Amino acid sequence: MAVRTPASRKPGTRKQAAPPPAAARAERRLPSLRTAIIAAAAYIVAVIFVLPYLEMLITAVRPQRELYEPNYLPHHFAWSNLTNMWGAAFGITSAVRVSLEIAGGATLLVLLVALPAAYYTSRHRFRGRGAFLLLVLATQMLQPTALIVGIYKEFLDFGLLNLNPVWSLILVNAGFNLAFAVWILNAYIGSIPVELEQAAMVDGSTRLGALFRVTLPLAMPGVVTALIFTFIAAWNEFISALALTTSTSDYPLTVRLDSFIGQYTVDWQHLFGASVVATIPVFILFALIEGRVVGGLTAGSVK
Amino acid sequence: MSDITAAEPGPPAGVPKPGPSVRPPARGPAQPSRRRRLAALEPLLWIGPAIALIAVVVLWPIVTMIQTSFQNITPLGITIGSAGLSNFSQVFKNPNLPGILIRTVIWVAATVAITMVISLGLAQLYNQRFPGRRFARWAIIAPWAASVMMTALIFRWVLQPENGVVNVFLHQLGLVQRFNSNQADWLGRPDSAFVWMIGVAVFVSLPFTTYVLLAGLQSVPGELFEAARVDGASSWHAYRRITLPLLRPAFLVALVINLMNVFNSFPILWEMTRGGPGYETSTTTVFMYDLKGTFVGQAAAMSIVNFTLVVVIVLVFLRLNRWNRQEAA
Repeated sequence: MAVRTPASRKPGTRKQAAPPPAAARAERRLPSLRTAIIAAAAYIVAVIFVLPYLEMLITAVRPQRELYEPNYLPHHFAWSNLTNMWGAAFGITSAVRVSLEIAGGATLLVLLVALPAAYYTSRHRFRGRGAFLLLVLATQMLQPTALIVGIYKEFLDFGLLNLNPVWSLILVNAGFNLAFAVWILNAYIGSIPVELEQAAMVDGSTRLGALFRVTLPLAMPGVVTALIFTFIAAWNEFISALALTTSTSDYPLTVRLDSFIGQYTVDWQHLFGASVVATIPVFILFALIEGRVVGGLTAGSVK
Repeated sequence: MSDITAAEPGPPAGVPKPGPSVRPPARGPAQPSRRRRLAALEPLLWIGPAIALIAVVVLWPIVTMIQTSFQNITPLGITIGSAGLSNFSQVFKNPNLPGILIRTVIWVAATVAITMVISLGLAQLYNQRFPGRRFARWAIIAPWAASVMMTALIFRWVLQPENGVVNVFLHQLGLVQRFNSNQADWLGRPDSAFVWMIGVAVFVSLPFTTYVLLAGLQSVPGELFEAARVDGASSWHAYRRITLPLLRPAFLVALVINLMNVFNSFPILWEMTRGGPGYETSTTTVFMYDLKGTFVGQAAAMSIVNFTLVVVIVLVFLRLNRWNRQEAA
């Protein structure tokens, strides 16, 4: 959380310098009532936003017998649901592994591809720079959903789907999250003075050496944001995984969970148990980059 | 907009960047023409991988999609020659299409409009100072961070006719008479299912939109608003005349990105109703996906129609982008 406005200031701090006591008391009481109302409204909204995920957690620990009882809370919590859902019959373990492979692979690929592009476009003017950035922006506006039939047909024609759909999904997820990484890295690298690199090069460092020893460490918050964002997006991705995988053993978690819907009996408690496991790390990771995500999503269009 | 973009160099055309001087000056006098040709290729070394990835994942699928839309492909995936325009005419002749198109318009318009209005309020609320604001802001990102597919599953579950907590709550209020009744089966009736799904789409769109507007609000100087208030303007008046106009760039960006996301939204409809019964809760996106299972050629034709719409939105967006930039200059 390197760059943040002084937002977390305490509400009590007053700007005015010591007005007469009586007036001060009256003034302090009024704003604090206002603050209390605002805070109450904000907390209520916050609870509403979290409520569905609380229900997810509660259902995950509902005992099988009480699954379909119409009540807010079960009489007992079956915490064992969260341990016995990992059995092979449910296929969650392999699905989590596939999801990790896809998200990890896509994240790595995005970093390898976006970093040089962001560095070069941020440090150099060259012919085609504008066209390239426009292409990146257009990519960001498109989504796998809009192209899914083409993506499906392409990978089918090239026989990539017979290999291992994980490779195809790494490519697709990397491609559609490239833009975010380019914008955010571009912004961070652009804010680092070129003189620092030049100084390193005067001291005998090569250009790549300067990039890795000077620029990259300073751009770290941007790199981390890009990594986390790509990982989450690929981890959550649904439609291309649904379209490109056919056998159960290749399913990532989202598709695995989808495959239970419509079956005669749905193990909702296990389904949501897996969702809880998939969601909590994502909440934490996202909270880490929360202040910087909007920049990456809109930078291309605001610049 | 936010802290980051403020730190950006923001390359206006006139200001030369100090960039090229990074190149080490000592390079010896080689043959000028060859050197220049090599120098022209240098950018490709750095941005080539990105272009290649975009080509494989975005550009080639577009080409494939166009090709496929003119091919006659059996449900088993065997291409049996050209189809001419018959894939398109089949799609347009489909008796379900008019309903699907109307629903798509309602889906996009209602979701985006409601999202924008609520987000304006939420951004205003979360822009105030109050203790614990950080935690409250973290809470509202939950639907943004979580997989939309999983969020949709939760709503499918809480709307279950026999035990969903929504029905438990409405039963307590006396609004739902009996569990497992037709009335409690919200997702079983196309109309109520569609309304609920619009609600879920709004729910997952709010955090992003609110955050964009919050970032926009932070760039509005508070003094302006205060000055208007001192001059006797009412809160609402000052908001409408000062804050809203200054918020326009952020608002437009959020609006267009939302249009795109909501138009392409798939997991909510898919998880909650699968677009059914029949196609009665499908949008063009779900329809296209459904066609893919049997008639790939028709699915490609539908995709082309969708894609054309998307391109129109992108063009509007790029136009807007230029407009915003001119505005800022």
